[in-house]
Amino acid sequence: MSTATHKLLKGATGDWEMVIGMEIHAQVTSKSKLFSGASTAFGGDPNTQVSLVDAAMPGMLPVINEECVRQAVRTGLGLNAKINLRSVFDRKNYFYPDLPQGYQISQYKSPVVGEGDVLVELDGGRSVSIGIERLHLEQDPAKMQHDKLPSQSLIDLNRCGVALMEIVSKPDIRDAEQAKAYVTKLRSIMRYLGTCDGDMEKGSLRADVNVSVRKPGAPLGTRCEIKNLNSITFIGQAIEYEARRQIEILEDGGKIDQETRLYDPNRGETRSLRSKEEAHDYRYFPDPDLLPLEFSQSFVDELKASLPELPDQKKARFVADFGLSDYDAGVLVAERESAVFYETVLDRLANRARDGKMAANWVINELFGRLNKEGRDITDSPVTSEQLAAIIDLIGEGTISGKIAKDLFEIVWQEGGDPRALVESRGMKQVTDLSAIEKVVDDIIAANPDKAAQVKDKPQSLGWFVGQVMKSSGGKANPQSVNDLLKSKLGI
Amino acid sequence: MTDLTSLTLAEARKGLADKTFTSLELTDAHLSAIEKARLLNAFVMETPDQARAMAREADGKIAKGDAGPLAGIPLGIKDLFATKGVRTTACSKILGNFVPTYESTVTSQLWRDGAVMLGKLNNDEFAMGSANETSCFGPVGNPWRREGSNTTLVPGGSSGGSASAVAALLCMGATATDTGGSIRQPAAFTATVGIKPTYGRCSRWGIVAFASSLDQAGPIARSVRDSAMLLRSMAGHDPKDTTSVDIAVPDYEAAIGKSVKGMKIGIPKEYRLDGMPAEIEKLWSEGAAWLKAAGAELVEVSLPHTKYALPAYYIVAPAEASSNLARYDGVRYGLRGQGKTITELYENTRAEGFGAEVRRRVMIGTYVLSAGYYDAYYLRAQKVRTLIKRDFEDCFERGVDAILTPATPSAAFGIGEKGGADPVEMYLNDVFTVTVNMAGLPGIAVPSGKDSQGLPLGLQLIGRPFEEETLFSLGEVIEQAAGRFTPARWW
Repeated sequence: MSTATHKLLKGATGDWEMVIGMEIHAQVTSKSKLFSGASTAFGGDPNTQVSLVDAAMPGMLPVINEECVRQAVRTGLGLNAKINLRSVFDRKNYFYPDLPQGYQISQYKSPVVGEGDVLVELDGGRSVSIGIERLHLEQDPAKMQHDKLPSQSLIDLNRCGVALMEIVSKPDIRDAEQAKAYVTKLRSIMRYLGTCDGDMEKGSLRADVNVSVRKPGAPLGTRCEIKNLNSITFIGQAIEYEARRQIEILEDGGKIDQETRLYDPNRGETRSLRSKEEAHDYRYFPDPDLLPLEFSQSFVDELKASLPELPDQKKARFVADFGLSDYDAGVLVAERESAVFYETVLDRLANRARDGKMAANWVINELFGRLNKEGRDITDSPVTSEQLAAIIDLIGEGTISGKIAKDLFEIVWQEGGDPRALVESRGMKQVTDLSAIEKVVDDIIAANPDKAAQVKDKPQSLGWFVGQVMKSSGGKANPQSVNDLLKSKLGI
Repeated sequence: MTDLTSLTLAEARKGLADKTFTSLELTDAHLSAIEKARLLNAFVMETPDQARAMAREADGKIAKGDAGPLAGIPLGIKDLFATKGVRTTACSKILGNFVPTYESTVTSQLWRDGAVMLGKLNNDEFAMGSANETSCFGPVGNPWRREGSNTTLVPGGSSGGSASAVAALLCMGATATDTGGSIRQPAAFTATVGIKPTYGRCSRWGIVAFASSLDQAGPIARSVRDSAMLLRSMAGHDPKDTTSVDIAVPDYEAAIGKSVKGMKIGIPKEYRLDGMPAEIEKLWSEGAAWLKAAGAELVEVSLPHTKYALPAYYIVAPAEASSNLARYDGVRYGLRGQGKTITELYENTRAEGFGAEVRRRVMIGTYVLSAGYYDAYYLRAQKVRTLIKRDFEDCFERGVDAILTPATPSAAFGIGEKGGADPVEMYLNDVFTVTVNMAGLPGIAVPSGKDSQGLPLGLQLIGRPFEEETLFSLGEVIEQAAGRFTPARWW
């Protein structure tokens, strides 16, 4: 792995460097909300998952959901971050109908998780380490709809009070590729941990991106924050657009106003939402309804001991145990479901030390290739891990050749069925009967005396004979046996 | 039959148990007293039907012999407590006709123990006030008047309705809340007993919040024993309030009559204010002498940060209030002002819905939390709070069991007499009581005498955290020595 070089943007006055920091809002996977017992299930009828606390009825009090705390600590551990045994919930005060209390319970000065770092893989075997500034817990506001009625807005409190983890990066990100890879990696880690489903379409993962530009080596420029990006593609587009906008202003002799902007994916541009002067004064102060959040080191240790294997560890293990390339291992672990699939195949193999690497090639090339082509997801693969393992076993034990295996894969994909039984019933078995192969070999040598004579001087032309034998056996001859026989018959 | 309303709670409990009278009779006697006392404006909502139904149920249980500790006892409930199906407004226009679908933990424990609800009691709007003059339902009259005067006096606040109703024999006891003195000051103004227990002793769940780190529920009653009986039912850990404390609730009544011999009573020199009326000074000495006569030992103690308590309180409490009251925005319940935009709706709702004192405190609180002012005000006030707490801890570490102080710097005053020009004049009423809230300690106000105009005065005892029993024992000594005081009926 090599340290990443990042993309610079060309301007009229030379190269510009982007400096990017991100705040990721990740919805915590939990049955109930951060401070109430109401359900967090997605897609319920509006205002059906609302407790008295969520609706901020008079005299209601928040009670911390311990599972959300565990999830935040797990995530912190997954980000190699410092876990703070004492943290404080603060109130962030502002008026908006999506906030029934008139304040959001968040963590301001003392977050539950402190500094950490994430290793982010980029194309071409490059990687970059992105620093984590902090992770804190806070309430998600309600959802507002402004377009259903002509003169009124609608509020759905179902989301109100659901736990969010806000993960703040250091300004270590240098281009859109890194930003996208960073979000992808964070999402992968959280999905492995089961702390956030990472579903950006449902809004489970949203990003605020801070972008500034500078000449390489110059001090930091003034930044703009782009709010609420809900797809990795938009994150990349918004960064590119915003950086170019800033460069244009600076090269025209202007200056950047620190402001909050929104990205409009339809127009592919960012536009101003509010200036620094219009920024809210949130009047943060410790929430007097909640005691400081305190837990012991042993609570953290227990969670640490029960963490699942994370992508970086899994990748290292795949490389070490099965001789996979860094790249292949990286592909397999990027999504938790892919890694789970691969490992299930491994578990079902008759000889995984022998065939583990072949299994990786099959998962990546045949299965992923086919899934991608049809726009399907690994969780909805027509070929099960059991079927794929059987196909690989059949190759590994020499019952079928790799070529036949591809045909078999196609049959299983289209029709399903037990690969081993299919090989039997459709006569796909490799011919290992030496006398049968020998006859074919003899015929071909006899029919091509010139080539047979040449092969002693040009051993690489042996491949031509192998091909001929395989062809006339319908691919069923065992290639190793064919090879051996040819060599002895041709005297090489 | 003697007038049932003049019984203490303990006497009524005996009468009910002995079947001398029924809860329905007791309840009817109070309902008719309430009806005749509307001039006092103590009740903002009477619930006679509910009261009679609860009384009948209590009578049934008493007959079956499975009566709870407060079975059949008619109580009044401060309008800050959410009562299921019964309008709850905190005496603010902004809550309009808000009817909760839930019952506060404290009141539900009273009903669990068999008590009967007569109705909802007046209080200062959102408990902000010391005279019960800020209620949207208008001021409450104190049953006490100066000798030879027809001037209506305030009952104190914010639990003015509770104190007035208990003193006027409209209910046998009442719930109240105390953020800076709102139980103890009205108790002192009306010759009733009021205890603010340790912060965390009663659940705050279902009580309209004023200042969360200071608010605490407690009872107002006509005797120390009665207040002990009520607190036992009101107190207790509640998982729905994470600031409530999981410590078993003792039988407070058992502390009544317990010897106070050898107890060390601190007399804080900083509470001897310049210009304090001689009568208060005299009362304080008398109280000390009574405790000494009962075997307690008096020691002078120092609480050096007392003078900063009131200013610090008037930063912390409004700061929390400004945030706690943000939910009254006209969007989901209560009053909704008109507006073309959401900002206009907010502004009009809150301008129409909140009274002047609430608006003032929301403004102060917003200011002290603002960027650039937070450190100078809120943070510094919190530091003062820590110092005040430490003052008390130092005292208790030196073996002091309780601290004796006057409850208020004066007797009750006339409606409209104070704070018109300068709100600080009103705020000074809490000078002896706010320190207790700032430190989270228990404090009890016990009637101890009268001033030259015949108005009641009270003494305050401050205890160690969760040692309310000590306060009941000492309070009863004062009660025994001072006697009980009943106002002459004029309403």
